[in-house]
Amino acid sequence: MKNLVELHDVHFSRGDTSIYEGVSLVVPEGKVTAIMGPSGCGKTTLLRLIGGQLRPSSGQVQFAGHEINKLGRGPLYEVRKRMSMLFQSGALFSDMTVFDNVAFPIREHTDLPENIVATVVKMKLDSVGLRGAAHLFPSELSGGMARRAALARSIALDPELIMYDEPFAGQDPISMGMLVKLIRSLNRTLGLTSIVVSHDIHEVMSIADHVCIMANKRIVAQGSPQQLEQEGNELVQQFLHGEPDGPVPFHYPAKNYADDLLGKGAGQ
Amino acid sequence: MKLLVNLGRDTLNVLRGMGNATIMLFQALVGKPQPLKMFPLLMRQLYVVGVQSMLIILVSGLFIGMVLGLQGYTILVDFGAEQALGPMVALSLLRELGPVVTALLFAGRAGSALTAEIGLMRATEQLSSLEMMAVDPLRRVIAPRFWAGFISMPLLAFMFSAIGIYGGFVVGVQWLGVDDGAFWSVMQASVEWRYDIMNGFIKSLVFAFVVTWIALYKGYTAVPTSPGISAATTQTVVYSSLAVLGLDFVLTALMFG
Repeated sequence: MKNLVELHDVHFSRGDTSIYEGVSLVVPEGKVTAIMGPSGCGKTTLLRLIGGQLRPSSGQVQFAGHEINKLGRGPLYEVRKRMSMLFQSGALFSDMTVFDNVAFPIREHTDLPENIVATVVKMKLDSVGLRGAAHLFPSELSGGMARRAALARSIALDPELIMYDEPFAGQDPISMGMLVKLIRSLNRTLGLTSIVVSHDIHEVMSIADHVCIMANKRIVAQGSPQQLEQEGNELVQQFLHGEPDGPVPFHYPAKNYADDLLGKGAGQ
Repeated sequence: MKLLVNLGRDTLNVLRGMGNATIMLFQALVGKPQPLKMFPLLMRQLYVVGVQSMLIILVSGLFIGMVLGLQGYTILVDFGAEQALGPMVALSLLRELGPVVTALLFAGRAGSALTAEIGLMRATEQLSSLEMMAVDPLRRVIAPRFWAGFISMPLLAFMFSAIGIYGGFVVGVQWLGVDDGAFWSVMQASVEWRYDIMNGFIKSLVFAFVVTWIALYKGYTAVPTSPGISAATTQTVVYSSLAVLGLDFVLTALMFG
């Protein structure tokens, strides 16, 4: 199976804080790959590295054979026309209607006449169930509708890769169900490759073909959902089953509880 | 020793900031021209940045001109030189108050709005989404706003001076009784096109460049949180005001010193 995205031994730091220490993963073409892990482990950072918005300290980030971290400004923007990202906030342009938001990348990157643009936009909006909301502004949309409108904009130019950053965060069960269905169906019908960053385990495991679990600054396990269920790694099991204590401790490191209550030692 | 270290670190931070601001502006302005895409964006920004700042500029200009007329008259009349009120009002406005006060008002009205708008675009990931759609936010967002500020501020400064002179006329001539013909003819004889008007214009171009640049850079690099945007907006007004006043002294010394 061909991989659309590959990361090899990626190290990344923010200032003095190390985020990744040797992350390696693959994203198979045409599949839904889920990136999961505890909050703050750098899942969104991973998407920004793949999109070339951040550059690793060392290692390789490859997309369709292009080494993203070595591309100059012009070639990087060319490669980005082949990928897309659904941001956690939706990131719709607040001064444009839903229609104009979806039309924006088409108008920017093609010379299509306006009637064709309108047809394409209506098709994209229909695929996410928002054709009737084309005239609304982002401030008039619910959270779920904004996410779907942003999804329509993400697929406006038929990208090869779409990256979803926490698509289910803050969604009610109905919106979540719609998004799960959309991610799966768009992936299948448009032949996309999808990367879903999330910690909504049940939703993600139901649509993912390939799952990577991040923790401790690297990928601790990857494989199919079934393979991960059998994984012996305690951390993986703690994460998948939502156990409150384990390798990721419930308690933030502190001195002995009894000593603390009795006022022994320094730092009371 | 610690003081020295802090001083060195702060100096390096300032230099780094200036370098980054220069790179940002260079990348925004230098590149393949796209007039068809740029023109509608520029027109929109000229409206937002320029036209929407007109009211505060015109009202402030009128009052400042009226105050100049009143103060000038009370001083000049003691020496029997009230005919010099016209050139006094005109030269004060064209050389100094027009460019400087317009720049200060522009920083407070349009500069802070630019910073807050761009900072909010960063906080809501709109700038990141532009990048991911292969649209350069520097060319799409920063460049039209920069040109709009650069074009509109000198025009606003002219309007400020014009209505200020009218304010001085209303107070000096119509209210306090300075001779109408003397007011205008002495002004016409005293004000030189190149020396007074063009130098004032050059000043407002420099202020427009600096204020718009600071506003855009502060917005573009704002920490994407509520306190971060608030701090960036405040910094825009403070840094712009200080830059305008400092540069005004330098330019005045070069032009009229």
